[in-house]
Amino acid sequence: MVELLALISVFCGLFFFLSGSVGLLRLPDLFCRLHALAKADNVGLALIALGVMLIDGSLVNALKITLVWLLVMAASSVSSHLIARNALRGGSAHD
Amino acid sequence: MTDWLWLGFDAVQVIALWVLGWLACSSRDVRRAITLFIAFGLLLALTWARLSAPDLALAEAAIGAGISGALLLAASRDQVAQSGPSSAQPLILRGLINLLSLGLFVLLGLALWYGIPQPRNELMLEVQAMLPDSGVSNPVTAVLLNFRAYDTLLELAVVLSAVMAIVALGPMRPTVAPAGFLLSGLTRWLTPMLVTVAGYLLWVGSHAPGGAFQAGAVLASALILLLLSRLPNQPAINAGLLRGLLVLGIAVFVGVGLVSMLFNQHFLAYFPGTDGGLILLIETAATLSIAAALTLAYAGGHPADWDRFENRQLPDSAGENA
Amino acid sequence: MIDQTLMYGICGAGLFAIGLRATLLQSLLLLRVLALNVCGAGVFLLFVAIAYRGPAQAADPVPHALVLTGIVVAVSAMAMAVALGRRLSQLEKDSG
Repeated sequence: MVELLALISVFCGLFFFLSGSVGLLRLPDLFCRLHALAKADNVGLALIALGVMLIDGSLVNALKITLVWLLVMAASSVSSHLIARNALRGGSAHD
Repeated sequence: MTDWLWLGFDAVQVIALWVLGWLACSSRDVRRAITLFIAFGLLLALTWARLSAPDLALAEAAIGAGISGALLLAASRDQVAQSGPSSAQPLILRGLINLLSLGLFVLLGLALWYGIPQPRNELMLEVQAMLPDSGVSNPVTAVLLNFRAYDTLLELAVVLSAVMAIVALGPMRPTVAPAGFLLSGLTRWLTPMLVTVAGYLLWVGSHAPGGAFQAGAVLASALILLLLSRLPNQPAINAGLLRGLLVLGIAVFVGVGLVSMLFNQHFLAYFPGTDGGLILLIETAATLSIAAALTLAYAGGHPADWDRFENRQLPDSAGENA
Repeated sequence: MIDQTLMYGICGAGLFAIGLRATLLQSLLLLRVLALNVCGAGVFLLFVAIAYRGPAQAADPVPHALVLTGIVVAVSAMAMAVALGRRLSQLEKDSG
């Protein structure tokens, strides 16, 4: 039962990552692509992390995985901000 | 059923590695090539995890993808953005090179198909047999720092010589344009976390995947973040401390080797019973050394007061020699 | 039945060939060094593939230690090559 939940969670996370990748490839502008990737990073990783936590079962590892998710969110937010700021200030925004 | 799933996973990995490697290598745009190279490094880290090599996965993610990528990006700042067209070389030469690479791949593939070495377990069984006496319980750490400690010593020497060559080439290049308050804020949170993770990786390397090189790379990334973010009241880099840290790894390693020669008449044969402690000592020094070396490699040169450290004037010699 | 060692070994051989081709064909030093690193990654993949012993057994630690040493040495060599290239282009800019 728990494994079924974990499987569903991981597949939903994979869907978010897939849509983020499609957005990366198909959207016209840098800012739109950053927007798409943010969804993959935040929600997709959260769902996959949830699935892994359910499969693994121990509390300590669950806390570690949550910390990993928070760090990835912080790093990706800051780097998206820096990329967007650099593009606004005159780097290339369209490709 | 699961065998087929794993086979599918492996097939996707192999094809993805080839595609990413091809795109990274044949890209004309420098920044795109570097970004694809970072992604290739991360995919390779996943492959190491698949092949039961967790130590390697940690090291590849930290050093192979992270530090390498940062280094290449920093070095690409004053290069041209696009590589020139390869029509600079005549068509025949290009055709020959393509043919050579394809032929090499076919040859290697056939050699592997027909003659891939059967797994020979002699070394592995020997390592397993000697593992309880080695002072650690992680076999990779035991091999790196006990059974083949001489190789690791020489590796540290290679890293030091590379960094000396980089330092001899000129002053530190100026850091990028100030990255703003967001990066400074993140660095304020990340640096203590990174130092803790480095210490944890160093400690846990004796009984679980981890070790000195992974810890050194994480510490180097903390120092690189500090270089990039320019926090207020940030102390200037102390060149004397940096020089000391660079040689600390090799100095401690050789020192331990020489001292154990006093007891055992063999270089680097650790005194029995203290193996674990000596390995931890060497690993700590190596972590600091590798962190300093990788940070200097990223910075691209020596900090401002590097030479002043050498040419220190004594207080009253200036007046007397005039 | 193709097993993992053979599969990843051939993958490593392919990566080596891809990296070699790009090392010879690229014009910028930075991209050549990057391609050399991909060559190295192919060699490491072959090592680790040979060390693999299946999902049930621990892998052979000796090739793992060799590849770990190799990763660190490859990064240092790449750093030095890239620094030399940067200094070279700086000198060319100053003199030319």
